Amino acid sequence: MSAVLEPIKPRTAPVKTEGLVPWVRTNLFGDWRSTVVTLAIIALAVYLLPRLLSWAVFNAVVAPNADACQAARGTGACWGVIVEKFRLIIFGRYPYEQQWRPEVATIMLVALLIISCIRRFWKPWLAALWIVVVPAFFVLMGGGWFGLEAVSTDQWGGLPLTIMLATFGIVLAYPISIVVALGRRSNLPAIRSLCVIYIELIRGVPLISVLFMASFMFPLFMPVGKSPDVLLRVLVGITLFSAAYLAEVVRGGLQAIPKGQIEAAQSLGLSYWQTQRKIVLPQALAMVVPGIMNSFIAIFKDTSLVTIVSLYELTGAMSLALNSDAEWRPFKIEGYLFITLIYFIFCFAMSRYSLWIEGQVGRSKTR
Amino acid sequence: MAEPIISFEKVNKWYGNNFHVLRDIDLAVAPGERIVICGPSGSGKSTLIRCINRLEEHQEGTIRVGGVELTDNIKAIENVRKEVGMVFQQFNLFPHLTVLENLTLAPMWVGKTPKREAEERAMQQLTRVKIAEQAQKYPLQLSGGQQQRVAIARALCLTPKVMLFDEPTSALDPEMIKEVLDVMIELANQGITMLCVTHEMGFAKAVADRVIFMDQGQIVEQNTPHEFFDHPKSERTKDFLSKILGH
Repeated sequence: MSAVLEPIKPRTAPVKTEGLVPWVRTNLFGDWRSTVVTLAIIALAVYLLPRLLSWAVFNAVVAPNADACQAARGTGACWGVIVEKFRLIIFGRYPYEQQWRPEVATIMLVALLIISCIRRFWKPWLAALWIVVVPAFFVLMGGGWFGLEAVSTDQWGGLPLTIMLATFGIVLAYPISIVVALGRRSNLPAIRSLCVIYIELIRGVPLISVLFMASFMFPLFMPVGKSPDVLLRVLVGITLFSAAYLAEVVRGGLQAIPKGQIEAAQSLGLSYWQTQRKIVLPQALAMVVPGIMNSFIAIFKDTSLVTIVSLYELTGAMSLALNSDAEWRPFKIEGYLFITLIYFIFCFAMSRYSLWIEGQVGRSKTR
Repeated sequence: MAEPIISFEKVNKWYGNNFHVLRDIDLAVAPGERIVICGPSGSGKSTLIRCINRLEEHQEGTIRVGGVELTDNIKAIENVRKEVGMVFQQFNLFPHLTVLENLTLAPMWVGKTPKREAEERAMQQLTRVKIAEQAQKYPLQLSGGQQQRVAIARALCLTPKVMLFDEPTSALDPEMIKEVLDVMIELANQGITMLCVTHEMGFAKAVADRVIFMDQGQIVEQNTPHEFFDHPKSERTKDFLSKILGH
């Protein structure tokens, strides 16, 4: 008797496992524990949501009227404070009549960033665009050219300063971090120790102290009046600080590349830099996209620390705007909620972009 | 014997201070010669062929490849590597590049070949290993045997004079070993110099000019496959052969 393989025809699963209803059933009411938790959360929402809405929407004062706000204190939000102080919060101490300049400059910069994030535009002209837009940003902000009134950097502030510090911090720190990460794995002891010392020194101190040193201590070592601009010093501080953290994230990716990949590249005659550029870095960086984006988001939010060296970026500008006016000072919660929303929009966008990048670089791994 | 294309003279190598992995290796490989190296694990056979393209550094003695002595001169070594193709046990294809890009990478960046020409030659090599239709796929979408054939094609793209195989079939499912061996046999019949670490004794009998048996970092015995398998001289060789042929 010879055994013959009788193929069994595939059929659909007896219980639906995909779609909204099965999802709700398995995830929200899977067993009695999830059911209890789900019901508790629904009850909490029913209890809290009306209160939140009545404070934030129904009893809120939207008009920039301090007396009305004062009357509604405790029962309704005072969004009027944002209407009243909008320009101060967004632009900080930048001269009022010149505020179109940071507006245009920042829109330009953000547009450049968005374009740079889209794969279709990764062409040589994009680099040229950076070379044009970046100096244009500083000319617009700083003035002193083309008949624009000069505005010294200590008057720059608000959202433009936040975006500018974050953008250049990230753009400069990223390449530095790659070089440092490679250096830390170098076979040359001098380069390796230099990178280790740099990373460990920077990681060993808080960003605030780095900023403090860049702002107040550095000029002490320079000839009087020869010290570079405070904004530049702070930017260098943020860059070096972020680069050290990023370098360790990148090194994590480098560690994960199997030795065989490097050997295969070497056996084909590729030089060290060709191997890194073509084989190691594309794979290593793809693996640590979430970690890199984590650091980028941290850099964006850490710019709020430059307030301590008297640069009033978004957070600093908001405090400044409300503290300087006794009438509006009580409404800081609304102020903080407003800038929270701004920070969230930027960070959430970065986080979604990171997911898209992950999808892009993950393609070669799909079987 | 013609001027050897590869020569080892009194080569010694250690891993760390105590593990003496290669001991007084003397070896001359003639152009076009096909050599199979076998031996128990840890005998230094992989290390031996990895010294030829300096994936491993030796500490004593001289190794010459194509008349060039292997030293710390990295430029000289990169030139040697262009002439020496290598196939690894774990394939080591670049997973982020398509099959075609795996093949054109070295010709374009090391050989400075224009892209179109590199792609044409890559397709020829893929046809040679009978896998041309997979050119646009990524390596991880292929079976092990297919991946190893791509790896062979990749090594051939720089038209090397020497091919090194480091246990090329050891990581493959039994059903896929034959397709890789067929490619290797065809390659051997075309007159390229080959050094192959393998335990595929059928392959050794079919194509090798010389079989080298290593144990504990030394070359114990070397001979033609006929003499090696039928009249092994040392006891150690007999013992080894009885273990790998006996089952």
